[in-house]
Amino acid sequence: MKELLEKLTQAYSPSGSERSIREIIKAELANYETKTDALGNLIVEKKGNGKKIMFSAHMDEIGIMVTHIDKEGFLRFDFIGGVGAYNLPGERVRFANGTLGVISVEKLDKIGDLKRESLYIDIGAESREEAEKLVKVGDSAAFISPFIDLGNRVVSKAMDNRSACTVLVQLMKELPETDNHIVAVFSVQEEVGLRGATTAAFSVAPDYGMAIDVTATGDTPKGLTMEVGLGKGAAIKVKDRSIMVHPYVKEKLIELAEKNNIPYQMEVLEFGGTDAGAIHLSRSGVPSGVLSIPCRYVHSRSEMIDYRDLEAVLKLAKAFAGADLQ
Amino acid sequence: MFLKELSEASGISSREQEIRDLIREYVKPNVDEVFTDSLGNLYAVKGKDKVGPKVMLAAHMDEVGLMITNIEKNGLLRFSPVGGVDPRVLVSKPVAIGKNKVIGVIGAKAIHLQRPEERSQVLGYDDLYIDIGASDDEEAKKLVKTGDVVVFATKFQELGDLLLGKAFDDRAGCTALIELTKCEFACPVYFVFTVQEEVGLRGAGPASYRVAPDVALVLEGTTASDVGETDEANYSTTLGEGPAVTIMDRSVISHPGVVSMLFKLARENGIPLQMKRTITGGTDAGKISLSRGGVPTAVMAVPCRYIHSPVTVMNYNDLQHMVKLAEIFVQEIAQKGVELS
Amino acid sequence: MDLAQLLKDLSESSGVSGYENMPADIITKAWSELADEVRRDALGNVIAAKKGKGHGKLLLAAHIDEIGLMVKKIDERGFIRFATVGGFDFRTLVAQEVIVHGKKQLKGVIGAKPPHLQAPNEQKKAYPEDEFYIDVGLTADKVKELVRIGDMITIERKVQQLAGSRYAGKSFDDRACVVMLTACLSRLAEVNHNLDVYLVATVQEEVGTRGAAVAAYGVDPDLAIAVDVCHGEFPGVRADRGFSLGKGPVISMGPDTHPKILDKLKEIADEAKISYQLEASTSAGGTDAWSIQVARAGIACTLVSLPLRYMHTSVETLDLADIKEGGRLLAEFALKADRQFVEGLPCF
Repeated sequence: MKELLEKLTQAYSPSGSERSIREIIKAELANYETKTDALGNLIVEKKGNGKKIMFSAHMDEIGIMVTHIDKEGFLRFDFIGGVGAYNLPGERVRFANGTLGVISVEKLDKIGDLKRESLYIDIGAESREEAEKLVKVGDSAAFISPFIDLGNRVVSKAMDNRSACTVLVQLMKELPETDNHIVAVFSVQEEVGLRGATTAAFSVAPDYGMAIDVTATGDTPKGLTMEVGLGKGAAIKVKDRSIMVHPYVKEKLIELAEKNNIPYQMEVLEFGGTDAGAIHLSRSGVPSGVLSIPCRYVHSRSEMIDYRDLEAVLKLAKAFAGADLQ
Repeated sequence: MFLKELSEASGISSREQEIRDLIREYVKPNVDEVFTDSLGNLYAVKGKDKVGPKVMLAAHMDEVGLMITNIEKNGLLRFSPVGGVDPRVLVSKPVAIGKNKVIGVIGAKAIHLQRPEERSQVLGYDDLYIDIGASDDEEAKKLVKTGDVVVFATKFQELGDLLLGKAFDDRAGCTALIELTKCEFACPVYFVFTVQEEVGLRGAGPASYRVAPDVALVLEGTTASDVGETDEANYSTTLGEGPAVTIMDRSVISHPGVVSMLFKLARENGIPLQMKRTITGGTDAGKISLSRGGVPTAVMAVPCRYIHSPVTVMNYNDLQHMVKLAEIFVQEIAQKGVELS
Repeated sequence: MDLAQLLKDLSESSGVSGYENMPADIITKAWSELADEVRRDALGNVIAAKKGKGHGKLLLAAHIDEIGLMVKKIDERGFIRFATVGGFDFRTLVAQEVIVHGKKQLKGVIGAKPPHLQAPNEQKKAYPEDEFYIDVGLTADKVKELVRIGDMITIERKVQQLAGSRYAGKSFDDRACVVMLTACLSRLAEVNHNLDVYLVATVQEEVGTRGAAVAAYGVDPDLAIAVDVCHGEFPGVRADRGFSLGKGPVISMGPDTHPKILDKLKEIADEAKISYQLEASTSAGGTDAWSIQVARAGIACTLVSLPLRYMHTSVETLDLADIKEGGRLLAEFALKADRQFVEGLPCF
């Protein structure tokens, strides 16, 4: 699964431009018939007569979009999703056509003056004309950052949320025997407002929803006040800004983890949201939960997860897929 | 085109009666069916039973403005904004209140009476009143009532090579939509004039749920800041360079297939078309694209300077180009369908 | 139906957004005696149907959830750190008694630094939000045994009867309006009304009017009235934002108000001599009406409010007379609004 994790995290696909990651996942699940909807969600189904469970892992990543090209060939840009300006100078980006660039910043009097408007991308072009041969206004780019393996801990860009995509691909490859009707949605545009999951949930009309996503941790020096930490198992979400997890789903996950000796921890997140936020409000309501992969440095180029947590999340996802639900 | 009439008509979000009645009269002769829904969205339908993709064209009727929230003892009126109105544009302006367009003014303390430091302080909604000339609340209540809506009292006029008026956002889009009802299309087309866009894209979602289109195009008036001290990087759009297509804003990522089709058709037909070069703001496309199982949607807009103020400025050619391109776009969809990739 | 008792029972029950079982059970029991059918949907909304003459389907919504706190971390000495569910003014939390809903209910207090230990002028600043904690008087081991991350915490407050028909307590926002719906239902049980009425005690309003969105989709009504609290007048509140206690319900005028329902409500109130107040509110949103109006292909909707002082504190204050008048207004509406009126709603 580590190879798959590396392959998926390294793929290019900011929100709205999910084609390449979609093709990679489609190839991984070539045994299934897959469907792509109007927004670009990839929908993979295993039919059954039991409860219909929609698993959702978003496949988009944060990135940038070019808004202006100046006379000297420098690019100005805005953010796609929750990107912080403060740690961008020196970072590198890649466009869909392979064009590379580096981000830098205008001369500042104080470091506190750093804001999005003072940043630009240098793609090595010497003029607007030369730049426009490679990039045009409206093009998106993703950050680049190699995958590094630190043993149990692994680091890359886009662990949010390709680590969850890895789990969901693996889940569909190793589905347990069950009557449940399993629908895996690799959703688009989560980072700009849970959009793909909104339309997918309407089409799928599931009995239960289960998002798989990363969550923040409280185990770093003078970090957040929260209990979640790397290596402590699958995180079962209780709440974030998008959802109060349905008590039945939450208790079911705890019960399954304990029964199957899967390490788990409880998660209370005071910001952020996941696809479950959209799924549970679809039509006349869908009891939904979230399986979280603890992740340090979320939305940086060096998102860190613990591989053992990933395995725990996969086990718990399998158990839920095969569970007898009311 | 009816841009003047539409611009001068009143229609604050959720109080769109006057503008809706006007549009209804204009579109009626051109379409098969006209109806409204429980929110007040106006639908004009053409070729309902034709085969081919169902196209939804949408523009919002509502405009930003104010609502009277209290009549004070001294006859002055308290108000709150409906939609995004920067209070700094209100000072020293005439306004029209309610169905009868009672005229009032928003005044300010005379400069002679101010301490120097007051001049750099913003006059906010807690500081501003409308004066309709009533000497007390009793007299005021004969002319206006709490809940009445207030529009800018701006007359439509020429401004050099450009046009000046209020509410080009989105009466420019409404004008384009009315023009398009005159065209003949080979597929079913739903022209939807939506309500309450300015208070949170409220009308478009239910409308799209009702129509369930295969593809949608939103026609708008959008920000242009090609002026004064603005750095070229922040122009967003430029007047006179054709309508602007939104790639992404806070509400939507326009469908890439629809966007590339628009650019291809513009190129083939010699119609100027620009990209919107900021990602701020939101439009009905946000709700339409997410209704039911998802709808491929894009936004095309006439660049407008000084949007959401009493003096909006636009270029008429941009509007004409938008109408032409939208027409060609629907014809192409009717023939070739929607490319999803 | 003893409305004062129901108000007390609902107010003193615990039901933070997403965990509304306790008040939901109370209201299910109360409504079962009066309605044709009571059910719960997938998210826990309590939906009671009271059939009338079939002139149209009216949804009445008031939310039963309350704002609350949630355990986010238990420190090495057993103090509980918490997250909020819904909008709290932290200044109202200082030195409050709370209930931690762990394996069993634990009494707790939110601590406050004594004046003797404070730096000069410290009292001039509010406590920083990240310095709040709950003390349940147990060792860390014992706390961890009884309390899990994600457990709910509610403010403990008994209802206080003030002068006349005024009451103070927690969660009157919006359970007082659930009582108003019940007052309406009691009246409907005695008459043959025009509209089929669906009363919904909605969940998860305080975290984004979520329950109402799915309830409206599920019930699919022709028209709807959301009932929620508005601000009671109080020194320092602008005249157009604060309403009198005891002068009747407030009928709202704003973007989520259908003009024909507004006019009908006023007409019916005048006929039945029900006193009411009018609010022009452009800051729409924040009530169930906001979600209901845009469900499916759009629902004709309006908002009726109950004046309430000190909203989102544990001493919210109201007048029971307003609840009764509001119930009467809603019942009269269900009685008199007819098919012709309902069919006219989409005609602008």
